Amino acid sequence: MSNISLDYVRKSYGPSEVIHGISGSIQQGEFVVIVGPSGCGKSTLLRMIAGLESITGGEIQIGKRVVNKLEPAQRNIAMVFQNYALYPHMSVFDNMSYGLKIRKVPKEEIRRRVEETAEILELTPYLKRSPRQLSGGQRQRVAMGRAIVREPDVFLFDEPLSNLDAKLRVQMRLEIKKLQERLGITSVYVTHDQVEAMTLGHRLMVLNAGSVEQFGTPIDLYDKPATLFVATFIGSPAMNILNGTVSEDASSIILPEGEVIPLGMRLNAQAGASVNLGMRPEHIRLATNGNALFSFKSDVIEELGADTIIHADFGKATSSMAVRLDGIHRVSSGTQFSFAIDPENLHVFDPESGKRIN
Amino acid sequence: MIKRVHFPSSPLPYLLVAPQIAITIVFFIWPAGQAMYQSFLIEDAFGFGREFVWFENFEILFEDPLYADVFIRTIFFSVMVAALSMFLSLILAGFADRVVKGATIYRTLLIWPYAVAPVLAGALWVFMFNPSVGIIAYWLDLIGVDWNHFLNGGQAMALIVFAASWKQIAYNFLFYLAAMQAIPKSMIEAAAIDGAGPAKRFWTIIFPLVSPTTFFLLVINIVYAFFDTFGIIHAVTEGGPAGSTVTLVYKVYSDGFIGLDLGGSAAQSVILMAMVIGLTVIQFRYVERRVDY
Repeated sequence: MSNISLDYVRKSYGPSEVIHGISGSIQQGEFVVIVGPSGCGKSTLLRMIAGLESITGGEIQIGKRVVNKLEPAQRNIAMVFQNYALYPHMSVFDNMSYGLKIRKVPKEEIRRRVEETAEILELTPYLKRSPRQLSGGQRQRVAMGRAIVREPDVFLFDEPLSNLDAKLRVQMRLEIKKLQERLGITSVYVTHDQVEAMTLGHRLMVLNAGSVEQFGTPIDLYDKPATLFVATFIGSPAMNILNGTVSEDASSIILPEGEVIPLGMRLNAQAGASVNLGMRPEHIRLATNGNALFSFKSDVIEELGADTIIHADFGKATSSMAVRLDGIHRVSSGTQFSFAIDPENLHVFDPESGKRIN
Repeated sequence: MIKRVHFPSSPLPYLLVAPQIAITIVFFIWPAGQAMYQSFLIEDAFGFGREFVWFENFEILFEDPLYADVFIRTIFFSVMVAALSMFLSLILAGFADRVVKGATIYRTLLIWPYAVAPVLAGALWVFMFNPSVGIIAYWLDLIGVDWNHFLNGGQAMALIVFAASWKQIAYNFLFYLAAMQAIPKSMIEAAAIDGAGPAKRFWTIIFPLVSPTTFFLLVINIVYAFFDTFGIIHAVTEGGPAGSTVTLVYKVYSDGFIGLDLGGSAAQSVILMAMVIGLTVIQFRYVERRVDY
């Protein structure tokens, strides 16, 4: 078990830089998820920690060692790949024991460790089979077993669940979380799925175009997204972003048609400056007795049973507006609704830099 | 049950395959039939008469200790050529697979020997190893090896093994490289993370995974060494010295065209034909049904 620290890590391919100086530290036993859209450099970063990609600049430390120049084998890490990368010509047992054999662990101990791990992952009946005789979920477990059995300092996961079907994905997600808690091994997990990221990680590192947008707990990211990117990336349906301007006294936002949304605080911004106002669909309520802040006509209604999602083409929003109401609301499209929202649930961003300003 | 799709019958498909069938008949079936017929005949030395003798030519062959020697020599030659060229091309492909810079140039250069005609390839080796003017013979002389493949049968055999293997390396290399590049990269990376160094990865992961290719190439190389090395042997040693590099195919030529024993030569071709058929069956039965993971 080890901590990992990244110090201004950079990666370029020729003249183009794909990772622009990422820093952050991962505590011992922590489960950190690197999340971002495809092409943001999250897999590259993970592969740099693994030693599969060279490091152009900066420093990566695992435990007390700087690993920049170390081969993957010397870093005492284990990695689970997206396509599992099981050795097809070996049985499950041989797949799991390959790394131990290379490290010249005594035969007896190899047997004991593989059997223990197989027990944990419920793979005991399959030890003699070859990978192609296993289902996707079982292969996934063998890949994890191969990682666990080595008792590495660090686990790395490269989108390990994206080849599974939706149901299995949810199930394996839970298993991974339980397993990581039980073993307490420092883990770094890469995914593009924000739900996976939110449920698994102790902390999330949100990457966008090779830079860290925010690095914090799931609740931090949800409650106080540091940038517009994080705000729209985390949460489903995505946060509504509205255009507005700062009022005279800088304590409320004025929407284009004059609706005033009080912030309950003073913004450190010029009056009349344009801003983006973020509201999560689940924080918007139906207005009661005259506290309505804004209103619009519904467009499409999605009735999901547990909640109802109202979509509307609200001119002030940057894209279609969504409101999520608890429970069942029997309404037809084209109905006029009035809405309210609590000031503490508002997010204000500078449209230029995308940074949070409230 | 697989349902077959039925198309309305028309002469078009027959017309389309007709040229191929015509070529096969004229250039393969007919000569093969001729050889078969010829193998039942004994011709007198001046070509004035022939006699139908059934299997006498074969009986003579099987009782001839010289023929048995040639048989064993051919097997030795084929195994050596297959082993040497496959081993070298496996190693070369292993390196080429790892090369990042200039990979294309490296690969192109390795493929070139395949474009050299067998007789030319033979001529190159003859020059390099010529006891009086050859550069390699000169080097060998410097380290105390007295090279003269015109006199030493073992050296002559070594020389045709080198020449024939060199010619085949390019072909094997292509197949091995293709097979290696089909291995998912993540599998190699997984092995690297598991602690295996490059050599260990090569022998425990890559080599087993290209085993279908190895088996395929083994058959191809044996067929090559058996049947396609006539040009090289003819250019390098002409079967000599004292017949020490005569293989089955070379013996067909020397008995038939030099010795003018047409019947005996034809009987040998028939035996070779049977062997090709046998190897082809092996090829179809076991190689085409590929080991897939």
